[in-house]
Amino acid sequence: MTAPTSSPIARATSRIEHALRPWRRANPVAKALVIIGFLITAGFGFLAAFPDVVAPYGESQYRFVVGTQDDPDAIGFDCLEDPGCEQIARREAPGPDARFGTTAARFDVLSRVIRGARVAFAIVLLSTALAMGIGVPLGLISGYRGGRIDRVLVTVMDAVYVIPGLLLAIIVAFVLQAFFDPGLASASVAVGVVYVPQYYRVIRNHTLSVKEELFVEAARAMGAPPRTIIFRYVFFNVVQSVPVIFTLNAADAVLTLAALGFLGYGVPFPRAEWGLDVSQAISDVVAGFWWTALYPGLAILLLVTGLTLLGEGLNDIINPLLRVRGYRGRVRGGRA
Amino acid sequence: VAATSRSGSLRSYVLGRIAFAPVFLLILLTLLFVLLRVMPGDPVVAALGDRISADEIQQRREAVGLDDPILVQYGRYLADVARGDLGTPVTDPRPVTRIIADRFPATFELTMVALVLAVGIGVLGGALGARFRDGPLDVVVRLFAIVTYAAPVFWLGILAQLVFAVRWGILPTGNRMSSRIEFESPTGFYVLDGILTRDPELLVTALRHLVLPGMTLGLVISGVFVRMVRVNMLQTLRSDYVEAAHARGVSGPRVLFRHAFKNALVPVVTMMGLQFALLLGGAILTETTFSWPGLGTALVEFINTRDYVAVQGIVTFFAILVVGVSLLIDIINGLIDPRVRY
Repeated sequence: MTAPTSSPIARATSRIEHALRPWRRANPVAKALVIIGFLITAGFGFLAAFPDVVAPYGESQYRFVVGTQDDPDAIGFDCLEDPGCEQIARREAPGPDARFGTTAARFDVLSRVIRGARVAFAIVLLSTALAMGIGVPLGLISGYRGGRIDRVLVTVMDAVYVIPGLLLAIIVAFVLQAFFDPGLASASVAVGVVYVPQYYRVIRNHTLSVKEELFVEAARAMGAPPRTIIFRYVFFNVVQSVPVIFTLNAADAVLTLAALGFLGYGVPFPRAEWGLDVSQAISDVVAGFWWTALYPGLAILLLVTGLTLLGEGLNDIINPLLRVRGYRGRVRGGRA
Repeated sequence: VAATSRSGSLRSYVLGRIAFAPVFLLILLTLLFVLLRVMPGDPVVAALGDRISADEIQQRREAVGLDDPILVQYGRYLADVARGDLGTPVTDPRPVTRIIADRFPATFELTMVALVLAVGIGVLGGALGARFRDGPLDVVVRLFAIVTYAAPVFWLGILAQLVFAVRWGILPTGNRMSSRIEFESPTGFYVLDGILTRDPELLVTALRHLVLPGMTLGLVISGVFVRMVRVNMLQTLRSDYVEAAHARGVSGPRVLFRHAFKNALVPVVTMMGLQFALLLGGAILTETTFSWPGLGTALVEFINTRDYVAVQGIVTFFAILVVGVSLLIDIINGLIDPRVRY
């Protein structure tokens, strides 16, 4: 459509138009799903970035006033005579004082739910960075080089892949306990290891097809070293498949983290982590206190739903197979 | 015609799979051995700490063979596994195989109930969603699939306990059997026991205990099945032979259930291997939530006591299970879908 003599601005606009075309052609349901998913995820992202703006209390705060004049964050100081030191009520039902109620440890459930978002985001980002950092380069090398390295890596990755994700995370967390104190880092490693094979596989298979392309052939013919070809030519063509895997894996990673936390192998108490909070609530439930379990779990459910909607929707839109033709050959999304 | 000429290749496909399974298992076991063996410190001390004397520690170490070079230990581990010996825990006198025999029936009962429920919901929901694509029903089906997948199984279990056991008191909170009933289980499978011994009270109690954990796990994994069946159904409904059936004037439901259905289920079987992993992970969490005395809770207990010998034994069993199931699924796939034999 664009004339060859068009201005840079027109060219840029047409580029954006081109990039947005799948989006505009997508069916309205897919679009709605992506928007809802994005809003939910962004909402939690906001909570993770600015918890202090929204959360009324700290993550393990059990008194209304925290700290002394000298050290505002001090929790353990003795303040029996200080009138501001009144403790937060134990196991208070949701009401005007505590919207989501309080726990047996006098923590405010709402504050912990809000602050749990940061732990979830931090671990998901760290673990994904780890999974990508290992999976993507290995996939590139394996796919580009082929031969024995490829066969060995494929088999090892397949072996890792068949181990049920949660089981693998549990084993890794169990092993890491022997080396480090449990915390954000070891939880991220335990969760991240699970997703290495997925990045590896997708990148490897994509590399296999990209390396046959003419421009790679040309680069090779011009004498570019393999490293340049892999990390400059192949890489930028292959990374496109990462965002969709990322959103879907992130959803799964939130669940894996929560499961680890629930079993007690994630981040240690008293960090605000949703899975851990649900496990702390087991004894409450038997006594009929529902709020300590309900809200952290609901947060997991919402965030995972948001991420899944986002990932699924993007997948629908980017994957043209599901887009163009509908049931019984009706043409869908052909309005452009 | 093509199918008969390829019948020889079915045999070679199956044999190839069977031959590859031990190789794959070997790689898997090596990986697990390396992973569990990088841990510093002494497993005997880690598990029993200072509860036993130095002499006893040394005795245990020798019994487990911890003083041998690592390669010798590796060789012995593989040889033991080949002989069906998964070791003896540091904290428990029974061999791991005995513990598995005791605990596995519970896990099996739970996962079977969950699987049947999940497949049922998956097939029904997936077929309906695909048939009414993009309609309101499809949106409901898709949302159901996403939300059930997103629900943490342990949380759903706790809520189920809260409502059905604590509030309404109509179902037990957990465990496999009420403590009032005393019996020696002949098979380990309580439902089967109830049927075999013709004891209605036993059967009803066993089933009542199964309802909440089974439904919880089944519901959570059903989302994945719904999604899979729906996508496969959509692809099948778009294929030429389905259009041809429509063109011949075959009625809608008939096309859906007679023509498209069977073919849509083929990839579902393929994906079953992955669902098995999901099922196993879910079982560990569900068992912990409902104090269900299965293999998952056994694993968690041994991890908490830091009994690494037992952990390795149980994990090895899981690995064998995973390889066995994926072999089985590969073979079934080869039988029902000629395309995979290439």
